[in-house]
Amino acid sequence: MLTGGQILVECLKNEGVEVIFGYPGGAVLPIYDALYDSDLLHVLTRHEQAAAHAADGYARATGRPGVCLATSGPGATNLVTGIATAAMDSVPMVAITGQVPTTMIGKDAFQEADITGITLPITKHNYLVRDVNDLPRIVKEAFYIATTGRPGPVLIDIPRDVSAGKTEYRDPGPIGLRGYMPRLAGEPAKIAAAAKLIAQAKRPVIYAGGGVINSGASEYLKKLAETIMAPVAVTLMGIGCLPGDHPLFLGMLGMHGARYTNYAVNECDLLLAIGVRFDDRVTGKVESFASHAKVIHIDIDPAEFGKNVPVDISIAGDVRTVLVDLIKNLTCNPDPAWQEKIARWKKEYPLDHSREGLRPQAVIRELSDMLQGRRYRVTTEVGQNQMWAAQHFCITRPRSFISSGGLGTMGYGFPAAIGVQVACPDELVFDIAGDGSIQMNIQELTTAVNYRLPVNVAILNNSYLGMVRQWQELFYNRRYSQTELVNPDFVKVAEAFGAEGIRVEKIAEVRPALEQAIASSRPVFLDFIVEREENVMPIVPPGEAISRMLG
Amino acid sequence: MRSTYSVLVENNPGVLARVAGLFSRRGYNIDSLSVSRTDDPGISRMTIVVEGEKAVLEQVTKQLRKLVDVIRVHDITDEPHVDRELVLIKVNADSGTRGDIMQIVEIFRGRIVDVGEYTSIVEVTGDEGKINAIENALKPFGIMELVRTGKVAMQRGIRTVLVED
Repeated sequence: MLTGGQILVECLKNEGVEVIFGYPGGAVLPIYDALYDSDLLHVLTRHEQAAAHAADGYARATGRPGVCLATSGPGATNLVTGIATAAMDSVPMVAITGQVPTTMIGKDAFQEADITGITLPITKHNYLVRDVNDLPRIVKEAFYIATTGRPGPVLIDIPRDVSAGKTEYRDPGPIGLRGYMPRLAGEPAKIAAAAKLIAQAKRPVIYAGGGVINSGASEYLKKLAETIMAPVAVTLMGIGCLPGDHPLFLGMLGMHGARYTNYAVNECDLLLAIGVRFDDRVTGKVESFASHAKVIHIDIDPAEFGKNVPVDISIAGDVRTVLVDLIKNLTCNPDPAWQEKIARWKKEYPLDHSREGLRPQAVIRELSDMLQGRRYRVTTEVGQNQMWAAQHFCITRPRSFISSGGLGTMGYGFPAAIGVQVACPDELVFDIAGDGSIQMNIQELTTAVNYRLPVNVAILNNSYLGMVRQWQELFYNRRYSQTELVNPDFVKVAEAFGAEGIRVEKIAEVRPALEQAIASSRPVFLDFIVEREENVMPIVPPGEAISRMLG
Repeated sequence: MRSTYSVLVENNPGVLARVAGLFSRRGYNIDSLSVSRTDDPGISRMTIVVEGEKAVLEQVTKQLRKLVDVIRVHDITDEPHVDRELVLIKVNADSGTRGDIMQIVEIFRGRIVDVGEYTSIVEVTGDEGKINAIENALKPFGIMELVRTGKVAMQRGIRTVLVED
């Protein structure tokens, strides 16, 4: 006979789980007691939100599901932001929460929260386990659902009497979910129709997103792009799906896309949308988005077809499987005039790459240059730092640019970097941060120090909530309401936590500081005192067509 | 546009909340929703009537299909089908008006299922038009309370919405 907690540990091991990010509490004590004897690595964060983000970072870096664990009530609700972040970006995650005993449910017991109710809209599915005998089946289903089809978070809520209850451990046998059957292969007729449309196109553009990375389709995307000579615009989630130094790479499109990227999308006659969801930050004014183009949309989730933008051909299926089939069907006549036009735009409207003064873009370009040829992963916080990183970092591998896209979660990058460093102990991990965002989960420096995780945090410190200030400057007549920050001394903060702190105030100091951080075996806060009112440019004003950029 | 969906779902706790939550989160407008278990105790059937533009109605089907507990979604609006609602209407009725009320109920093939000193409860089954018509016919007597079940619907003939279809 095993306790529910022990059965859970067995189930996690069966799923290949090696690490859990969590925080204990009363309602999960039977689970923590079982973990005490297990060889699963448990990383104790200082806040449950960070546990969820760390599990998320681990998942994005590896492609394997991230697992986080919290107690009932406030522990569970603290996971919510992390779960919602994972849901918006299609990240495979299994969140396990403790619940008050089944006999107390509904009685407003101490630390009771209806977490299955709370997380209904932000999980792919969730479970309240009512009987310890159901635990193996539920855990198996949860991992299956989280990792197949369009990945997403699944929550398992386990009442204390269930995790403490004893029963025989039995393998649940095959999964029988009659309402859940993700489609993998695309319809051959639609693939043939898509190939025909591609053959007719003179000005094709590929618009690629996180779905390419999730399905491991990067090689096929490259092959497709090279076959039809189509430039590849990527979403924030798609950064890394084609190497940033590839000649066909156009970079990010949309609100902070480069001029040449948005112009290419605006003028293309075929938009091949792959593993994307036509997010409003990408499309801008929907009616004007790629308005001269036929649109082919390939995605694992059929609910994305026609949700935001009408499409001509939609192909439901795993991106990699569909691309393999599509490439077999392709014939095309690339038009050199289209390539020449894009090359001209690139020359005429480059992203700002000046390295004068301690400008945030320059810091990112220095870091990017230094890391080329090494194994590295980058996470970001949210805001200007994130957009500068997306614009200026040359990312050459999938799963090495990790950022909260859909939810735009400030405080994501640092705990995510901890999860990434756990997953990739031999790689350099940098979190690109703003001074506002880093303070949202700064307590996790203890976690990094405790577990000897040498995460580096490049704080682009302008003493502002930079992106909000930028919007106030551009759209609210420079009325900087509540966006100026009075910050702590980040170097001293780092030192107080037992980490390393380096302040950088001149461009000449950037490279030595980065070298020092890379060489350090401790976590490092790099406090770059950057120019205060630098903006992320270009920018598409909200509600405008993406071809109408400022800057 | 108005569509009628026949939806089979796993009879799991919280399944109604999942479906209803989907509608509220996405801003879809539910006209009526009825649910109860089928001859298979593991499966419930929902009949959902939704009002919206064509694109919204397409999304309703797709989003419903994404729910793990949803087994089948079928839009039966344009297929031959029967649909019924049941209504209970408590109407003011005294000795002076009871005869007239009984006549109206007779015309609509309804039944009087309760008679009090000053009230009667009328039960009527039928499609939406019929229910609306009897409601209007009884209004002049004074409707004290009214409860409608919402629509249930089923395709005519051999067509079915079953798990294995």
